[in-house]
Amino acid sequence: MDNSLSVAQARYLKARSRHKRRILAGQILLFFLFVGIWELTARTGLLNDFIFSSPSRMVSCFLSMTKDFSIFGHIGITLAETIGSFLLVMACGILIAMILWLFPSLAELLDPYLVMLNSLPKSAMAPVLIVWLGNNVKTIVVAAVSVAVFGSIMTLHTGFKEVDSDKVKLIYTLGGRKRDVLLKVLVPSSVPLIINNMKVNIGLCLVGVIIGEFLAADKGLGYLIIYGSQVFKMDIVMMSIVILCILSMGFYRLISALEKHVRKR
Amino acid sequence: MEPVLEFINVCFSYHSPDGETPALSGISLSVLPGEFIAVVGPSGCGKTTLLSLISGLLRPESGQIRLFGKPCGSSGTNIGYMLQKDHLFEWRTVYDNVLLGPQIRHSLNQETETQVSAMLDTYGLSAFKDSPPSALSGGMRQRAALIRTLALEPDLLLLDEPFSALDYQTRLEVGDDIGGILRKEGKTAVLVTHDLAEAITLADRVIILSHRPARIKKILSLHFGEEFDTPLKRRSAPCFSEYFDKIWKELKSNG
Repeated sequence: MDNSLSVAQARYLKARSRHKRRILAGQILLFFLFVGIWELTARTGLLNDFIFSSPSRMVSCFLSMTKDFSIFGHIGITLAETIGSFLLVMACGILIAMILWLFPSLAELLDPYLVMLNSLPKSAMAPVLIVWLGNNVKTIVVAAVSVAVFGSIMTLHTGFKEVDSDKVKLIYTLGGRKRDVLLKVLVPSSVPLIINNMKVNIGLCLVGVIIGEFLAADKGLGYLIIYGSQVFKMDIVMMSIVILCILSMGFYRLISALEKHVRKR
Repeated sequence: MEPVLEFINVCFSYHSPDGETPALSGISLSVLPGEFIAVVGPSGCGKTTLLSLISGLLRPESGQIRLFGKPCGSSGTNIGYMLQKDHLFEWRTVYDNVLLGPQIRHSLNQETETQVSAMLDTYGLSAFKDSPPSALSGGMRQRAALIRTLALEPDLLLLDEPFSALDYQTRLEVGDDIGGILRKEGKTAVLVTHDLAEAITLADRVIILSHRPARIKKILSLHFGEEFDTPLKRRSAPCFSEYFDKIWKELKSNG
């Protein structure tokens, strides 16, 4: 490509990067404004910081919990549970959606049950899971998986069904079988769909893990929130929520990076 | 000479809960090696059904289809099928797209690779070998799709309105191109089209189908002089409009 840019192009690129910088600056400003007002109102007594906590109280709470490393244990366990259940959801979702696509009669057979399981509030299942699986990590992971997996199967299966039938026909005219359709058309053409589904699922898994930890855990951020509210230490509750915000943003960024990587290829 | 393809009194209907739609009734025809046949008819008359039957994607309800004298399905004939749209996969490079057939049939070897590279070279696509299909123009895409079809060295080529998605100018060029390529490679081909001019300029014989359920109304053999040897030149031949009128009248007549 030509290295020398035209004046108009250079101006356009400059305006574009200026716009990007401004948006970023605005986002950072908004963050500090929010934190600043919160801190200020708490200090001046406008907000009751016993109930609402405050940024500085959260930070000191966090620091004190880093001294005995307990906070890392809580974050670690929540992270592990979320990632584990997310991987399980994606694996089950893709696999089952493929099986349903391969056997349309099976999909027809299971359709009402999938719809029912998907719309069932999973928190209703939580007490049952505790009784069946016990007060442990298994319950939490199963709860998280159950929140996301049915919707994932349905979304992926619907997406698979919408693969251009002429592309499928092409594979058959070239002498291919269903296996070839699966590997050469279905999977590669569904990559954007799968990544979008990942974005939804990582959020749902986090929700599921927190629900699970509310009910059946002695570790993790969900446990910290419940514990903090029971002993009325709102600093712990608010801090855990903020950490959850950061975690979910991190997950989202990670999947976006993956998306970019796949697009470039 | 043994015909490449024979239809013996073939009938076919589509079935749905709302009823039966007869598509073809009593079709009999034969295609000789190296012949280029065009099938024309009113839209929705079952032209594509004809090709699906030949390629074995559908089975006839009655009658018989024979390829090289053997019943369709057990003949092992290599059939190339070119669809209306090119359906090049965006997630593969142009080169990987044209090698899709050999990859699926696990027949990819040095020979096919050099052959395909040579074809890309001949038809002006070698510079785009490693590009995604979106870098190609409409005409180039269609040429790539043709090379993908030819990579399997088909004994019989089926073309389902392969130019209909192109704009008029490209269509003339690509028609000329692809007609030339097929004649050069000596391929037997069946072309389905609703464009009468396209049929006349490319084919040796034109088969005219009736409204649904399609019957063969007439088979018209085309004879152009030596000097009209490409599709574009055929358009300027004096007998071009004569043939056009004949086919047009045949399509308009009822019964």
